Amino acid sequence: MPVRLYLSHVGKSFTMHLQGGTTIPVVSGVDFSVGEGECVVLGGPSGAGKSSILKMIYGNYRCDQGQILVTVGDEIVNVADSEPRKILQLRKDVIGYVSQFLRVIPRVPAVEVVAEPLILQGADEGKALARARDLLTRLNVPERLWGLPPATFSGGEQQRVNIARGFIAHYPLLLLDEPTASLDAANRAVVVELVAEKKQDGVAMVGILHDQDVRDRISDRIVDVTAFRAEAA
Amino acid sequence: MTDFFSDDPLLQVNGVTRYYGDRIGCRNVSFQLWPGEVLAIVGESGSGKTTLLNCLSTRLAPTAGAIEYRMRDGAMRNLYQLGEAERRLLMRTDWGFVHQNAADGLRMTVSAGANVGERLMAVGDRHYGHIRETATDWLGRVEIEADRIDDDPRSFSGGMRQRLQIARNLVTHPRLVFMDEPTGGLDVSVQARLLDLLRRLVADLGLSVVIVTHDLAVARLLSHRIMVMRHGEVIETGLTDQVLDDPREPYTQLLVSSILQV
Repeated sequence: MPVRLYLSHVGKSFTMHLQGGTTIPVVSGVDFSVGEGECVVLGGPSGAGKSSILKMIYGNYRCDQGQILVTVGDEIVNVADSEPRKILQLRKDVIGYVSQFLRVIPRVPAVEVVAEPLILQGADEGKALARARDLLTRLNVPERLWGLPPATFSGGEQQRVNIARGFIAHYPLLLLDEPTASLDAANRAVVVELVAEKKQDGVAMVGILHDQDVRDRISDRIVDVTAFRAEAA
Repeated sequence: MTDFFSDDPLLQVNGVTRYYGDRIGCRNVSFQLWPGEVLAIVGESGSGKTTLLNCLSTRLAPTAGAIEYRMRDGAMRNLYQLGEAERRLLMRTDWGFVHQNAADGLRMTVSAGANVGERLMAVGDRHYGHIRETATDWLGRVEIEADRIDDDPRSFSGGMRQRLQIARNLVTHPRLVFMDEPTGGLDVSVQARLLDLLRRLVADLGLSVVIVTHDLAVARLLSHRIMVMRHGEVIETGLTDQVLDDPREPYTQLLVSSILQV
């Protein structure tokens, strides 16, 4: 199984200048890899640094130490020292992020919010919108909502719009940040199916999933993040 | 979007410094801007962001430093070594400048249609029918009703004036647009509409933008990259969501933590 993602000696701390420069260590010595078609779930209690690891892989948090290597075609890119432009390019074509929180953009209808990543990858707009409608149907978002901006949707509806947006495009590496939190059983089952389809397509995935049932069904391996606990200096 | 990942910057800024007497406006600012990239300059009043914007747009000569721009023929030219005629042509055609106060960027006593058409005439369009048709099209794109084309902007609301100013700037298909607090002083609902419009136009036209704002929400929605300024210097720069979600400098942390949550 070819390696898609490799974290080598990754470390992260936050320095809180507004609190007298206190340094809060998050993780250190993070070392694991993820292969094509594999779903690795990060384990450990809240506050262990799971979310910070995911955000560093996406380039959303800076990585202080180590390397985050992603295989892109026959090239290996280190996210930890990439220029902003390079990270944006990776986010367009290589690394996807599914979270439970939708960042609402004023006036854009739900179906376009969902279709956007696929259109940005160069897909035909009509086909992308058709695929968006298909995903919204599968995730049980009522059709009457598709043409409306999600700002006024319920939390659960926004979450499902965001899941559809996260799964619509093909990214060789997909990060799952508690996508099933607070979903009902029927929609959890849809997410499990979507993940299985991504595995079939060879997508490497790293996830945070507190739901035991979903975790058992989709994870190929659990990486215990408490092993990477950083000690306060 | 493809241009965005090219290796050739559109704007190359090296060590730009501007003093007002012995007071610092901005000091030693260097960066590159790529085609299709939106760069937000944030910081509080007096941090030097408007001074920098004015230096970049040749409205204020820097005391030191160089600013190079890639002309349409692909050659990099030092902006302050251009002849006056060349510089004016650049400002009227290849560039736009959106002022915070729309009255500074519009001619308030001529009609909306003429405000848009004027820039077309500046690039040599002389056909009245064509100018009017293009002006009508652009008013539509910024959501101004066609029947307002003969009204002058004094009768427009603040939001409409700002949208008209944007149409006036974009009609010549510029490659680079400077914006100085384009949503400042507008009601929030008017702001949201303007931001959405700007976001779409910038993406559709593949514009490069340097936008000065003190509103971090505006920066998050519109920009790819942020430069944080304080006391005339750039203190932190990076990918927009990285700087806002993982700010490193004390002052940036203060700015981010000062946002009111709604």
